[in-house]
Amino acid sequence: MMNEQRREFIKKTALGVFAGLGVASGLVPAFSLEKTALPVWDEKPVPGKIRWGMVIDTRQCKEGCQQCVTACHHEHNVPAFKNRKEEIRWIWKNSYKNVFPTATNSAVSKEIQNRSFLSLCNHCADSPCTQICPTGATFKRWDGIVEIDYHRCVGCRFCIPACPYGSLSFNWQDPRTAIVDPVTAYPTREQGVVEKCNFCSDRLVKGLLPACVDACPEQAFTFGDMNDPVSDIRVVLESNVTMQRKPELGTKPSVFYII
Amino acid sequence: MIEKALKGNRSYWIWIVFLVTLVASGLSAYYQQRWFGLTVTGMGREASFGIYTAQLTFLLGVAASAVMVVFSFSLRRQKELAKTVIIALFMAVSAALMSMLFVVADMGKPDRVLNIIFFPNPRSLVFWDLLLLSGYLATSLISGWAMLGAEHKGVPPSAWVTSVMYLSIPLAFGIATISAVLYAGLPGINLWLTAVLAIRFIASALAAGMALLILVTLMLKETTGFDAGKEAREKLAMVATYAGIANVLLLGVQFITTTYSNLPWMWFSLIIGVVSVTILLLPALRKSQLLFVGACTALVLSVWVDKSAGLMIGGELVPAPLGSIVAYAPTSTELFVVVGIWSLGTMLFTALLKVVVAVKVDNEG
Repeated sequence: MMNEQRREFIKKTALGVFAGLGVASGLVPAFSLEKTALPVWDEKPVPGKIRWGMVIDTRQCKEGCQQCVTACHHEHNVPAFKNRKEEIRWIWKNSYKNVFPTATNSAVSKEIQNRSFLSLCNHCADSPCTQICPTGATFKRWDGIVEIDYHRCVGCRFCIPACPYGSLSFNWQDPRTAIVDPVTAYPTREQGVVEKCNFCSDRLVKGLLPACVDACPEQAFTFGDMNDPVSDIRVVLESNVTMQRKPELGTKPSVFYII
Repeated sequence: MIEKALKGNRSYWIWIVFLVTLVASGLSAYYQQRWFGLTVTGMGREASFGIYTAQLTFLLGVAASAVMVVFSFSLRRQKELAKTVIIALFMAVSAALMSMLFVVADMGKPDRVLNIIFFPNPRSLVFWDLLLLSGYLATSLISGWAMLGAEHKGVPPSAWVTSVMYLSIPLAFGIATISAVLYAGLPGINLWLTAVLAIRFIASALAAGMALLILVTLMLKETTGFDAGKEAREKLAMVATYAGIANVLLLGVQFITTTYSNLPWMWFSLIIGVVSVTILLLPALRKSQLLFVGACTALVLSVWVDKSAGLMIGGELVPAPLGSIVAYAPTSTELFVVVGIWSLGTMLFTALLKVVVAVKVDNEG
């Protein structure tokens, strides 16, 4: 009788001690018997620590060359719809007057009028597209990249007129039928969602430069962390006069142009 | 009470069957859109909004405008509107439902519509607009139905019904204002970049909504013999006239400051707006039933054209973010979906009005 009670008491005490240890190890990491790899938490992204940026030296951009466009669109399974209405574009060549429609210098040289200017998502610091998105499917990352969650997007398309640069494309029909040479490293999209340039966040995480930067035979691009005072992009930005697209709107683009 | 909508004469059922047919054709067109994607519409890279969003913009206003009757009746105690309140609330319910259906019809991924609730972005005006709209739909339906229920039982409505009605007032003004600010805040489209858009949304909503309500009460009088009262219509016409004047003034001002004057549809809207407001303003003209009905119809049409063809479709043509102009024209698939949604909304409104009239007739008889 006595033994029964004693056994019961010891059992319950032991359980209590274990439970207490469990709670303590949850609250105080030093108490835990099994250690978790804490560096995972130490490397938690700090918002605003990095801000990726790009400078395009338009003087180097060669007429007729499409290597950056081809590389980007191949890498990201961008469908090749030919008709203008349904075209999907991540990066494309455009004219001076379409890229800088509000630039005040009206008498630009013939050479500049004929030069190609690359259009891509500006990854604005103050991005209207992420503000308007009702679900947060278009969102700003901790490193300044404006990214789209293709699985959350409801396809309402409010981000399209919100973007003053026309950077977003909508999948008016199933894009998979128009992917010329699909790659497996990046997901394809479904009918009914928006997409755009992601500053190659998929390549940055592997320590690679964006596909367009790598593909350019003229080294017209400079890519890097604009918050790092010794980065290449800071050197280029500090030693050149650059232009942003529609700066008067206050969107603070991360893409700069040397004219 | 709802069973009262199932008892009707021959013409009632012909009307319902006609609407059901249109809803069915709309559904089959929508099925096509779901299967092939929004490629079956006339929308594209440079015209990402089309006739669906245009209907949404118009109907949001109609839904919100009904609150004016609620406001006048419950806060300003204007008893002559007593018979109109429930009609106005049910008009709001139908218009709000159609608005939501147009939102869904315009979505590339309608099956993910609940993501707006599961992953709300509190900074997004689209989110707030849809939230207020669903709240408004609920408050209008609940208060309208409860008031009608009380009338059915021959008792005054409970105190909570009035509270729910009061709640719908800020929701309605919120819907009109937020939708306008939402459009005005889209940097891609210059035509909408103006603070006056919010005021104009409220003015045009009241003008079109009240004019439409007048037409509905006249139609009820013709078809069922139930009359909301001449005094009520005069009250509504007064609101419609003042709001209409404010709207044409603001619209006119925009012809000077923005590119409205380049859009023929906007001229059409302005001219018929001015004509209808003039008729409603002058007692000699207003007295004629034909001119009165004509003026109310023209006022609704003026706002509809301004909101759809002018504001939405014209808005995209003038600036086009990429500096090039691509004309938008809706396809037949789109038109069938539009007609289908309008028919569904009209069917709901007809059924609700049927119950209203049946209850009123029961009580009087």
